[in-house]
Amino acid sequence: MISFENSQYIKEQQKYTEQVSLEKIRPQARFFDDHEHEEPWDFINFIWNEGRKTLKILAPGEETSEEPFMLQIHINEMISWGDIGFYMCLPYPSLGGAAIASTGTEGQKNRLVERFKGDKPTWTAMALTESHCGSDSSAIRARAVQDGDSWVLNGEKLFVTMARKSLIDSQGFLVVWATTDPSAGHRGIKPFLVEADAPGVTPGVKITKLEDKLGLRSSDTAVVLLEDCRVPLENLLGGADGKGFKGAMKTFDSARPSIAACGCGVARAALEFLKDELAKDGVKIRYGVPRNLLTSIERDIVDMDAQLRAAWLLTVKAAWLVDQDKPNTKESSMAKAKSGEVTSKITQKAVELLGALGYSKKTLLEKWMRDGRIVDIFEGTGEINRLVIARIILGYSGKDLR
Amino acid sequence: MYSFEPTEDQQIVITAAKKLAEKFRTGMREADDAREPAADWPAAGMELCLLPASIPEQYGGFGEPSTITWALASEELAFGDLAAALVVAAPNLTALPILYGGTEEQKTELLAAYCDESYVPGSAALMETGIDFNPYALKTVAVLKDGCYVLNGVKCNVPYAAESEWVLVYAALDGATQGFLVKQGTPGFTVKEREENVGLCAFPMYSVELKDCAIPASQRLGGEQGCDFPFLLNASRVALAAMAVGVARASLEYSIDYAKQRKVFGEALAQRQSLAFKFAEFATDIDAARMLVWQAAWELDNGKDATESAYLAKNFAGDVALSAADRAVQVLGGYGYTRDFPAELWLRNARGFAIMEGIAII
Ligand SMILES: Cc1cc2nc3c(=O)[nH]c(=O)nc-3n(C[C@H](O)[C@H](O)[C@H](O)COP(=O)(O)OP(=O)(O)OC[C@H]3O[C@@H](n4cnc5c(N)ncnc54)[C@H](O)[C@@H]3O)c2cc1C
Repeated sequence: MISFENSQYIKEQQKYTEQVSLEKIRPQARFFDDHEHEEPWDFINFIWNEGRKTLKILAPGEETSEEPFMLQIHINEMISWGDIGFYMCLPYPSLGGAAIASTGTEGQKNRLVERFKGDKPTWTAMALTESHCGSDSSAIRARAVQDGDSWVLNGEKLFVTMARKSLIDSQGFLVVWATTDPSAGHRGIKPFLVEADAPGVTPGVKITKLEDKLGLRSSDTAVVLLEDCRVPLENLLGGADGKGFKGAMKTFDSARPSIAACGCGVARAALEFLKDELAKDGVKIRYGVPRNLLTSIERDIVDMDAQLRAAWLLTVKAAWLVDQDKPNTKESSMAKAKSGEVTSKITQKAVELLGALGYSKKTLLEKWMRDGRIVDIFEGTGEINRLVIARIILGYSGKDLR
Repeated sequence: MYSFEPTEDQQIVITAAKKLAEKFRTGMREADDAREPAADWPAAGMELCLLPASIPEQYGGFGEPSTITWALASEELAFGDLAAALVVAAPNLTALPILYGGTEEQKTELLAAYCDESYVPGSAALMETGIDFNPYALKTVAVLKDGCYVLNGVKCNVPYAAESEWVLVYAALDGATQGFLVKQGTPGFTVKEREENVGLCAFPMYSVELKDCAIPASQRLGGEQGCDFPFLLNASRVALAAMAVGVARASLEYSIDYAKQRKVFGEALAQRQSLAFKFAEFATDIDAARMLVWQAAWELDNGKDATESAYLAKNFAGDVALSAADRAVQVLGGYGYTRDFPAELWLRNARGFAIMEGIAII
């Protein structure tokens, strides 16, 4: 039976998260935008020590809900409504954790849970992108060579979100994608767990650069250099045969709606702010009146409302499929592609409609515009997600449509 | 908990509607040329039996109304042909407002007719000419005088105005839109010319003039209490939005099939990103539009205020239908511009969504 009634539990979790966003995130958002590479430790420690008691989904291994992914996207949306950069600071197994969840063996999953039981905030990261390839992830060159009882990893990874938090700030880990056989194309690509021995101690791994970015500045994005980095054989994710490239793609089926939800949060923040400012100026939006009778601003707003709702409902649908354990590659890409586009459009339009105030750093709106732009870039650009959708609806292979 | 799985009964309705859609697609062009519904459409619509299934037993039917079920069916029917979907839903125009907002007497007296096996068209007169048409602020007025409501005004795009026994006329009563049941032949009620629109040609719509048309006060929809017009408008918008999703899907699927078999510069048209990406975008927006429609329909079925949802759904789905149909014309190139192919018909039909109000209700 079709139902749009959200569960009581998710609503309560959402309400709590809203409070966190209002009290612990928004007041600090500007500072960390102005001070890239500093880290919001108050917020991080609060989540680790307090927040996780309520938001149990952030603590791996804890029972939460019969619809865990639906819950997850609601939290992502609400934290990102506070600040999407802070979302990227949440000490929970997001990107790397998703890879383990979709490709790891039981043993590997348990090790993940163990890492998150300590008393210090912990993170995980996922390293796929390289300098010569991002979208075309089947072209990666990082090498994994078996040597005795270990894998030896060499290569350079770019744009690794939370790499510093995972390896230097905490005893977390990276999931590194490397090829065991460069001549085998994507079939040779496999995921490896690179674990920190202690915060700041991961032999063979160096963070050589932290990116200076347009937005998302409270989140660290690092260049990671792997030089003869040795990991035990059992650190091949998915066990001896590895689930490889297909596993990476499966990771996207949940990672994409996750990010889509974050985009919706940013867009909603901007749209709500815009409406509030207009209301202060006495501008009322006449919902229901034929569009040709509306003012230009009203028309822009009802269009933005519809676009945001479209992005959000696609995200909810994709998440529902995850919880139902049904295939959702197409729906995930749809949610991500739509959210990426809508987040940029709404935040950019909101800045325009508020004129000088919108363009000024006096409010967070301009920041949301810079922050929101990332949504259409990582976890598969808008173009890559369109490719994924198009191939599925056209019945085409990667060769037919490149 | 969220769920996006239609019930088993709804699945049966969807399957039946899909079958009808094939029939509609076959007759679509001829009906458009003739500016009349195909002869077998009304009876085909009755096979679905959705209206009797929406009317409770005590009024002659055998079920409860469900906007969601109607929305699921409407998308499929309009995927076949929009005019045909409107024909199938036309009896609702009188019957559903009575069911949703009529007095006990109105329900007992009038609903049974719509539960028969034969097709009984319904009719509602909401639209008015003029670019300032606003369903919440009509120019047609109703005034209470000597125990009668006296109606004055001009209506356009009134479905089945000439064929229906009862026409539900919407008019402003002290500034608020209300419904009035006018019987065919009432003095002062005149059906004027058949509308000649650019699209929706097979769906019979007329201009109607109301000149001191007096009806007993008991024929006001909902009697003295009146009716919840915003609710009816929302249900009407969801109907059109659901149909818009069907038209958009028809346009997209046809474009995709064409682009896969048409070869240009040594490969299929669909292998070009400029087309493939557009297809991906339409597929995305169509899925999204369907979600907006379902949400609004669910709100209506669950007694929530669906004003914003229904409005956004109609805007969004109508926009998607228009651009998907427009794209279909482009994808087909010169053929898209000819009447040998359906794309031009979808474009003409889809242009109507932003303009039309109140010509269907579910
Ligand atoms: C803040 C931030 C955080 C990030 N976090 C991570 C992370 O944690 N881990 C990680 O591995 N990576 C991460 N990335 C990298 C990100 O995933 C890539 O930047 C992205 O996938 C695009 O790759 P690229 O930059 O190499 O661009 P390219 O692949 O070179 O693409 C350039 C442009 O061409 C388009 N394009 C590419 N291929 C096609 C095609 N076939 N058809 C049409 N258009 C095409 C793209 O859409 C894009 O617009 C992050 C990036 C940023 C900015």
